[in-house]
Amino acid sequence: MNDTNDPMAEIRASFFIECEELLEALQDGLQQMDDGSDDPETINIVFRAVHSIKGGAGAFGLEDLVRFAHRYETVLDEVRSGKLTADAEAMKVFFQAADHLSDLVRMCRDGQDIDPNGGDNLIAALNAFLGDTEEEEVTAEDFQPLGVMTLDLPDLDAPATPPEYEILFKPGQELFTTGNEPQTLLRNLAALGTAQVRCDRGDLPDLSSLAPETPYFSWNITLQAEVMEDEIREVFEFVDGLCELTITRLDDDTESPSALPDLPAVAEEPEPEPTPAAASVELAPEPAPPKPVAKPESSSDAAPPAKAAGPKSVVRVDLERIERLVNLVGELVINQAMLAQSLDQAGLSPHSDAMNGLEEFQRLTRDIQDSVMMIRAQPVKSLFQRMSRIVREASAAVKKDVRLITEGEATEVDKTVIERLADPLTHMIRNAVDHGLESTADRKEAGKETTGHVRLSAAHRSGRVIIEVSDDGGGINRDKVLGIAKSKGLVPQDASLTDGEIDNLLFLPGFSTASQVSDLSGRGVGMDVVKTSIQQLGGRIAITSERGKGTTFSISLPLTLAVLDGMVVNVAGETLVLPLNVVEETLSLGPEDVQMLRPGHNVVRVRGGFVPLYDLGIMLGYRGARDTLAGAIVLLISLEDGTRAALVIDGIQDQRQVVIKGLDDSFYRAPGIAAATILGDGQIALILDPADIIAAAGPMRHAELARPERKAVNE
Amino acid sequence: MNDQPKTQGFELLTFRVADQEYSLDIMSVREIRGWTRTTPMPHAPEFMRGVINLRGTVLPVMDLARRLNLPTRETSDRNVIIVVKINGTLTGLLVDAVSDIVAMTEDDLQPPPELSSDPHMSVVRALTVIDDRMIRVLDLSAVVPATADEAA
Repeated sequence: MNDTNDPMAEIRASFFIECEELLEALQDGLQQMDDGSDDPETINIVFRAVHSIKGGAGAFGLEDLVRFAHRYETVLDEVRSGKLTADAEAMKVFFQAADHLSDLVRMCRDGQDIDPNGGDNLIAALNAFLGDTEEEEVTAEDFQPLGVMTLDLPDLDAPATPPEYEILFKPGQELFTTGNEPQTLLRNLAALGTAQVRCDRGDLPDLSSLAPETPYFSWNITLQAEVMEDEIREVFEFVDGLCELTITRLDDDTESPSALPDLPAVAEEPEPEPTPAAASVELAPEPAPPKPVAKPESSSDAAPPAKAAGPKSVVRVDLERIERLVNLVGELVINQAMLAQSLDQAGLSPHSDAMNGLEEFQRLTRDIQDSVMMIRAQPVKSLFQRMSRIVREASAAVKKDVRLITEGEATEVDKTVIERLADPLTHMIRNAVDHGLESTADRKEAGKETTGHVRLSAAHRSGRVIIEVSDDGGGINRDKVLGIAKSKGLVPQDASLTDGEIDNLLFLPGFSTASQVSDLSGRGVGMDVVKTSIQQLGGRIAITSERGKGTTFSISLPLTLAVLDGMVVNVAGETLVLPLNVVEETLSLGPEDVQMLRPGHNVVRVRGGFVPLYDLGIMLGYRGARDTLAGAIVLLISLEDGTRAALVIDGIQDQRQVVIKGLDDSFYRAPGIAAATILGDGQIALILDPADIIAAAGPMRHAELARPERKAVNE
Repeated sequence: MNDQPKTQGFELLTFRVADQEYSLDIMSVREIRGWTRTTPMPHAPEFMRGVINLRGTVLPVMDLARRLNLPTRETSDRNVIIVVKINGTLTGLLVDAVSDIVAMTEDDLQPPPELSSDPHMSVVRALTVIDDRMIRVLDLSAVVPATADEAA
């Protein structure tokens, strides 16, 4: 809002944002092609994405980007026209080219120096597809707005057999601000057939009143071409809605245009800078714009990605504003809880108007909150696409044949979560490729398909997001893992651990299983870092592995970092909040329910099963042991990994939404305390992480092994 | 903590903790508020009283008497919490009562005698005398340790 300094920088920024979208579409399209889609629309999407990037890059004079994009586009065009088949080899190069393109875009965006020979290998590979048809070298000048136009107008005296169209093209204000270029459009039009272009300069005001960013020209084009009207509209596809466009078919060739003399004018025209006009408010005149039908026949059939075709109206909003809105909604939730409490204390009848109104208010608050959270939610697709690149690079580095399968790309997760998930996920994917999958030779020996598979999936499950990374590799070699842990002194020599415990050793700091440190992963900083980052997001990570079949890492994350459905309970006079989704049921203990396992460790019998019992009051240091557990209220907790536990509490207060307030280290946050929240009476209640509490108290020795270090930090 | 030139005056907020008088540079004080019940943080050091709600943010509160190894007494409604900002974070200091605001110059301060390497002494930056009473000027950064210092 406040940075009105450089309009050009703004356009540039929006170009790069668009690039991100285009790159995403490009990846999407390539993936579809790779999956065997031969829908011509798919290659069109791919081609258009590269083309648009090139066009925009040209406008900003990003020569390196233009050069590479052009070569890439040329090859894609060959595919599009059917001269080249996109076989597996070609697809590989295309993917690499897409990666390189996104690198270039990023470097241009960050203003980094680009190694001019960086893409040489790829360009060579791309050129190989073109065969002998040696490309003329393109330079950015070709795409610069001020370039001199050389319209290749075919012979004017061509026989008038093809249908003739009269096209009126008047650019609107936004045409330039979106970085489009009439010259390119006209050239593309001319490529369709015989075009006679007349520039109408009637609107051009005096120099003194000329707003340099406003388009004043309009063009009248007479086109003789063996094309349908739709094809003409396709030329203007990118400027749909940004200009006035009228296409009329002239059945009798009356108009005898004397257009050519005007052409130089087009070239010399003081081309408006594609800059958003700060002052000139002349809105794009769009009196009932003849909306060109967006590719009617091409997209109606088959199932091309609807997203690419369906023009959804989207608003780009500063993240800060959303952040503010989220905070405000948080305050609203707290205030509503306060109001509820005071109304309750006022002794109002639950059937009074005020209470009814409050109920409605609560419903609305929840709706608002959900909607706000939805604004922040994004599909994990972009994240997954980055991962497919990691797989390509990682598999090339270790010379394994790996295929990434993604599922649930549309699963939406809070934006912050996505951002902060990138690093741990990258690490896990690399691990899966490097350590998880066997070498090609080993796979053959084991009678497996030589191509290894890494599966990345996302799904919503009971109010959380589950992201899984699994491979079909050799699984965890538990003997080896235990051996390493022992040799590194991470577990005592005589320790005997269950399979699950051994698997979890991977999360210990300073653990690396690869006997050889490879370039890719295994620098000793490993899964423990992943685990920490996941935990910082309020998530958990679990591991399952089957020898010879593969390994699955499963990450469970909260949907949002702002609000939680919680169960409010009392322990020793303190109010605590537990995430509602882990509470399976509540019980009142009878005298026979509790059995002692060994002193200090009890189990509770729940419908035939035994569940370890923990007293929250003791564990949090709030009070000593109760005299008797009989009559105590117990929450039965069930975690994603199947762990169950019973927590003794003193009472249940309520079940409600709470706003999460983060606690940083300066609060001396103990394990098990996830965050805090503000209750209706203004008091602060701590939000517990049951998994962490159980881990801290549980019998898992490795958890205790990891703990002394943490204590040292805390004390 | 404050590097004002000697001639320039500054103000100290004086307060009582366990019958002793302490003071703080008033520039580091954000507000003073009455005692509210704190929510204890499990397994936190003893001098951490817990957290309170300060208009929507969570504020850690430190019991200054415990922090300074002074005898503690029951907290009541008379206690106050001085909210200070140090190193960009807000912390509450629980004290018995706030007494006064006094103007000072650097000349009025004298360094505390080097008694010993007693770590609790190092939190007193200087001494001064007001109406024949000795006032200790606290070094806030030593009182509220950064988390990194804690680890050491």
